Amino acid sequence: MATQPEEVQAALSGSYKAGFVTNVETDTLPPGLNEDIVRAISARKHEPEWMTEWRLQAYRHWLTMKQPHWAHVNLPEIDLQAISYYSAPKKKPKSLAEVDPEILAAYDKLGVPLHERNKLAGVAVDAVFDSVSVATTAQEQLAKVGVIFCSMSHAIVHHPELVRKYIGSVVPQGDNYFAALNSAVFSDGSFVFIPKGLRCPMELSTYFRINAGHTGQFERTLIIAEEDSVVSYLEGCTAPMRDDNQLHAAVVELVALDRASIKYSTVQNWYPGDENGKGGVYNLVTKRGECRGPDSRITWTQVETGSAVTWKYPSVILRGDRSSGEFYSVAVTKHYQQADTGTKMTHIGRDTRSKIVSKGISAGNSQASYRGLVKVEKNAINARNHTRCDSILIGKKCGSHTFPYMEIKNPTAIVEHEATTSKIADDQLFYCRSRGISEEDAVSLIVNGFCKEVFGELPMEFAVEARKLLEVSLEGAIG
Amino acid sequence: MLKIENLHASIAGKEILKGLSLEVKAGEVHAIMGPNGAGKSTLGNVLAGRPGYEVTAGTVTFNGINLLELEPEARAAAGVFLAFQYPVEIPGVNNTYFLRAALNAQRKARGEKELDSMQFLKVVRGKVKAMGMKPDLLNRAVNEGFSGGEKKRNEVFQMALLEPRLAILDETDSGLDIDALKQVAEGVNALRSPERTFLVITHYQRLLDYIVPDYVHVLADGRIAESGDAQLARELEAHGYAWVREHVAPGVEA
Ligand SMILES: Nc1ncnc2c1ncn2[C@@H]1O[C@H](COP(=O)(O)OP(=O)(O)OP(=O)(O)O)[C@@H](O)[C@H]1O
Ligand SMILES: [Mg+2]
Repeated sequence: MATQPEEVQAALSGSYKAGFVTNVETDTLPPGLNEDIVRAISARKHEPEWMTEWRLQAYRHWLTMKQPHWAHVNLPEIDLQAISYYSAPKKKPKSLAEVDPEILAAYDKLGVPLHERNKLAGVAVDAVFDSVSVATTAQEQLAKVGVIFCSMSHAIVHHPELVRKYIGSVVPQGDNYFAALNSAVFSDGSFVFIPKGLRCPMELSTYFRINAGHTGQFERTLIIAEEDSVVSYLEGCTAPMRDDNQLHAAVVELVALDRASIKYSTVQNWYPGDENGKGGVYNLVTKRGECRGPDSRITWTQVETGSAVTWKYPSVILRGDRSSGEFYSVAVTKHYQQADTGTKMTHIGRDTRSKIVSKGISAGNSQASYRGLVKVEKNAINARNHTRCDSILIGKKCGSHTFPYMEIKNPTAIVEHEATTSKIADDQLFYCRSRGISEEDAVSLIVNGFCKEVFGELPMEFAVEARKLLEVSLEGAIG
Repeated sequence: MLKIENLHASIAGKEILKGLSLEVKAGEVHAIMGPNGAGKSTLGNVLAGRPGYEVTAGTVTFNGINLLELEPEARAAAGVFLAFQYPVEIPGVNNTYFLRAALNAQRKARGEKELDSMQFLKVVRGKVKAMGMKPDLLNRAVNEGFSGGEKKRNEVFQMALLEPRLAILDETDSGLDIDALKQVAEGVNALRSPERTFLVITHYQRLLDYIVPDYVHVLADGRIAESGDAQLARELEAHGYAWVREHVAPGVEA
C-alpha cells in the first residue's frame, strides 16, 4: 500500500538520482549528418540492403523538411550537425553474462537489475544504453511460447520479414521532421512480436539510458500483437546530468490486429535541466498505435517527470470496427521545463471509442500544455470520445494550457471534453499539516490523490515507482 | 498545560482576537461558546497554526513551550489536534493511508518507532470499534463525498487515533444526528484522562449534557467575556448572549 518512509526519505534527499555518468569505452561516430553517416550506422549494424535504402529514403525526405515550431514550447534551433548519431559501448556482449560490469552496475544503480532473478519477478527487461541494446532478459523463456522480444537491431537481422512488413506502417518515414530524422538514423530500441492467441506470460520492459555526452538517442520500437493476443509493455528512461542538452527523438509504432490488446506504459525521468533551465534532455517523440483489426485495443499510460522539453503525443488510429484507444497521462513540470503533450485519437472504424485522461502538475517556472485532437472520419459511425484534462498549479509562476481540437466528420459522433485547473488548496495543505504531515509530504500526498486514476492504470510495481518519482520531482516545489 | 495571555490576532488586516487570555490545566474540559463571528474558530486556527493569521501580541505556552513558534506539523507532533468546523476533502487519497501517514509522521517527529501496515491496522480496528466508525469510510478518499455528519465523525476518529494532549473540537456537534452525538460524546468521554485537555467549541447545551465541562467560557468580540462552570451554559441557553452583553462591560458587541 505505502512506500517505505525510509526509501522516500532517501529519495527526497537527492534531487536527480539518475544523474551519474558511467565510464565505458565507446565506439562513437563523428558528429554530423550526411548520407555517409546513415550508411555507416546501417553498416555498423550489419543491416540488409533494403534497410539501408529505407534509411536513405527517410534521410532524403528529411532534407526537405524544417524543424516545427507549432508546439507551445520554446525549442531552440537544434544544431543537428553537432550531434553524434551513433555511440555504442565497445565491448559487444553476446549474452547477458558478457555485459560490461560497469553497465550492469549503472542499471543496478537505477534499480533495474538485469540478472536472472528478474525472470522470477515476472518482468522481462531490455536495456538500451546510448545507441545499442545491451541486454535482454528472459528471452529464451519467451521464445518458447513464440514471443519475440529483442532489440530492434537483432530483429532487423533475424526477423527481416516481420520488420519489413510493419516498420513505418504506422508512422511513415516522412510523418514529421523528427520522425523522418529518426527513420534515417535510428539506433536501437525494442522489437516485440506476440503471436496469435497468446497472452504474453510476463510484463515486457525496456530501460533507456543516455550516457555519452553530445549524442542523440534515436530509439525505434515496434510492437506487433497478432490476432487475439495480449501484451503489456513498459519503458523507463533516465539520463545523466549534463550542462548541454541531449536529444532523444524516438519513434514507437504499435500494431494491434483483430481483438488484440496492447498496453504501453512509460515512466519517463530524463534529466530535466537544473533550476536555472540549463541542460536537460529534449524529448521529441512520435508514438502511435494502430488498432488495425476489429475489437482491438491500445492503451497508452505515461508518467512524465523529466526532460527540459517534451513534445509527445501518443496516438491511436482506430481503424478496426469497435476498437478502442485510451490515453492516461500524468505530466509533472518544474524549474524551466516545458512539456507539450497530449494525444490524437483518429476514429475510422464503426463504433470506435476513445478515452483521454490527462493530469498536469506544474511548479516553478514551468509550462505544461495539453494538446489533444479527436478526429472522427466520415464513415466512423457511432464514435465516442471522452476527454478529461485536469491541472494543478503549484506556485504562481508556472502555467498550464489546454488545447483541445476536434474534427468531426460524422454526425453520429459523441465527443465530450471536461477540463479543470486548480491550485493546491491552502486548506488541504493545512488540513494535512495540522495532522502532523510535513508540507512537502502533504503536497505529494495531494498530488498523488490527484493522479490516482492514471496510476491505477500502471502495472503494480511501476505504480509504486511512479509515486516515488513524483515525490522526488516535487521536492522543493512549494514556496 | 495551556496558557494563553493577551492574545491579539488578525486576518486580512482585520483584528479578530483582541486580548484573549485563558488558562487550561491538564485533564480539564473547557467549553467555549459565543455568538457567530466572535472568533471561536479563529482561536482554534491560531492554536493549530493555520497560515494567514497574524498574531500581533500575546503569548501561548503549551507544556512550557512557545506554541506560536512552531509549524503546524510540529504542533501536531507536540500533541495539538484541531477537529475542523469544516473538514477538508482530499480527493483520491485513501483515508486509511492518510491516517497512517499522519500517525507515523507524528511518531517520527517524536522519535518513536513508526508503525508498519499490520501494526497500524490493529490499532485502527480497535478504534473503529471504540468510536463506532463506519469501516467503509476508511476505504474511501479523505472526506470526499462524506455527509456532514460523517465528516465530523471522521474528525473524532482521527482524534482517537492520534491521541492528542490538547484536542480542540470546533462545533463537532453540529450536523450530527442524535445517536451520533451520543456516540461522539461517549468517544470523547472515553478519551478524557488526566493528561488530556479538551477545548470544546459549541453553540448548544445538548453536547454539554453529555460532555460535562469543568469550565464554560463565553467568547465575545475577541475576548473571553465571561467564565463559569457548567451552570453558565445552562443560563446562556435560557437567556441568550444578550444577557452576557448586559452582564459584561457595555460596548462589547458580537
Ligand atoms: N479570511 C478572512 N478574511 C476576513 N475576515 C475573516 C476571515 N476569516 C474569518 N474572518 C472573520 O473573522 C471573524 C471571526 O470568525 P470565526 O470563524 O472565528 O467566528 P466563530 O466565532 O467561529 O463563528 P461561528 O460561530 O459562526 O463559527 C468573522 O467576522 C469572520 O468573518
Ligand atoms: Mg466557527
